[in-house]
Amino acid sequence: MSVSKDQLIDFIYEEVRMLDEGRYAEWLALWLPDGHYWMPLDYKQSDPINETSLLYEDLFMLKLRVERLNGARTFSQKPKSRCHHVIQRPFVDEMKGDCFVTNTSMHYVETRLDEQQLLALTARHELALVDGNLHIANKRVDILNCDAAFCNIQLLP
Amino acid sequence: MERYSGNPNAAAALVEPNQVHRDVYINQDVYKLEMQHVFTNAWVFVGHESQTAAKGDYFATQIGDQPVIQVRHKADDIHVLYNRCPHKGTKIVIDRQGNTGKFFRCPYHAWSFKTDGCLLAIPLKKGYEGTDLEKTASGKGMKAVGAVKNHRGFIFARLAEEGISFEEFFGDSLSSIDNMVDRSPEGRLEVVGPPLRYMHHCNWKMLVENQTDTCHPMVAHESSAGTAIKLYEELDLPEGAPKPPAMEIIAPFMSPYEFFEGMGIRTWPNGHGHTGVNHSIHSDYTKIEGYFEAMKAAYGEEKAKAILDENRHNTVYFPNIMVKGPIQQLRVFIPLAANRTVVESYIYRLVGAPDELTARTAMYNRMINAPTSIVGHDDLEMYERAQEGLQSDGMEWVNIQRLLEEDEDFTEEAVHNGTTERQMRNQFNAWAKFMTYELATQEAAE
Repeated sequence: MSVSKDQLIDFIYEEVRMLDEGRYAEWLALWLPDGHYWMPLDYKQSDPINETSLLYEDLFMLKLRVERLNGARTFSQKPKSRCHHVIQRPFVDEMKGDCFVTNTSMHYVETRLDEQQLLALTARHELALVDGNLHIANKRVDILNCDAAFCNIQLLP
Repeated sequence: MERYSGNPNAAAALVEPNQVHRDVYINQDVYKLEMQHVFTNAWVFVGHESQTAAKGDYFATQIGDQPVIQVRHKADDIHVLYNRCPHKGTKIVIDRQGNTGKFFRCPYHAWSFKTDGCLLAIPLKKGYEGTDLEKTASGKGMKAVGAVKNHRGFIFARLAEEGISFEEFFGDSLSSIDNMVDRSPEGRLEVVGPPLRYMHHCNWKMLVENQTDTCHPMVAHESSAGTAIKLYEELDLPEGAPKPPAMEIIAPFMSPYEFFEGMGIRTWPNGHGHTGVNHSIHSDYTKIEGYFEAMKAAYGEEKAKAILDENRHNTVYFPNIMVKGPIQQLRVFIPLAANRTVVESYIYRLVGAPDELTARTAMYNRMINAPTSIVGHDDLEMYERAQEGLQSDGMEWVNIQRLLEEDEDFTEEAVHNGTTERQMRNQFNAWAKFMTYELATQEAAE
């Protein structure tokens, strides 16, 4: 099976829609088991391991993050946060065999109670075709003002 | 509100042996007094020497609400200067770090200064001839803080010209910094990357108190640590299978009260103290191959063991930093207003130790202290609820009397049950002391 550019683009749109609608079980199912979600702390950071990042999470951590959102004693989610992505049409930068790379500019809004914040960011997806379905192999999210002092960012851009 | 302005005694009276008045957290006039007295008379952390490694390297930060520059003047000489031009007040540097070469040059009128602050040159200087510029503070150059001390790479400063000595202020509490540095086989640390910066809409002291609050982890962090344990059990991995890294870092937060009681808390004079006298949540980390061998080669087996057997959890250096020796982390609680604090969390590399230690440190930092960290979310929610709750006029006092003893003496080092709030009382005792430090010194002189 081959994958078209449009299918890759649709995949990115579907993913942010899942996040906005809180369909986390479906979202987790998009991931390959050894994938990592990386959000660098430094502008143009190249090392996720030996330097601090905002996020560098394996699937266990991502599951924990999602599970916690609905916990009976998750006080920072009472009331719950909501989020909203506005994305530009993804650039498809690489199509090699069953591996693909996209880059997508987004505005991400997260809100809870009276607070709302807007982040401008670029998401780089490494996607892979496994058993006939597209999956996220790795995702990197660079926040434009990654060096600013943030309040809580509780959901996932 | 008027009653606190210019009246440090009124602020000090907000501290009682078993409680503190809410105004220490919510009153902006009390905040201003803290900046003028506590952060002026105490020794406050500025930065690490590796942030200004080469001549001319500078690092801009603040001591309390005062913008300052840490700058390397000579190979072994670091200065701390107020970050303002003595001419019109323009900030001399605006980026967080960089290299200024041989001198600072104000971007407004090109007054220039040596890296120890001394005035170097003024364009068209003849305009000042006969005006006695050299007799004014402006004519002398960039003002330096009162005193600076480099302790094993950690730069501290006292804004006040006169006051308590570095040695008297910290005393034996420096053993926690020493242990962190000794964990490098070469006895040297290097800062790694920029710090996490996390904005908190709460008073800075809530954060400092939380560092030795051992009765909150199993409650406030049940959502993150408790859920981690539940997910891990559901995985049902075979015995001996490697645990997800999150389990090593986050799960110990769910340790029972007895664990924290037995951990112990030590307090030192002047508001310093630490949790984890006997053991801590950092005690059971996986051994990293090659590390003990490097330590043994550097120090000999006995001393290497002694260094690594110390597993202090959080050491608070009054007024506003916390050091975690076993994972080489330092957090600064920078007060921006009575209800606003930015927390900067730094990590250090143990020079001469395997990279895996740095990787664990970086992992701890992002899992626990990032604005994107689930554990951080748990804590911030509590601080901000407290900041809002304290607006309630129904009660005006905050309780700090867990395991309170009669006539507590904070001038002596002491070790107590790990769930005592004695370290919080110790901090407030020091807070009142340095709030009224000038008055006490004047009285003693009279």
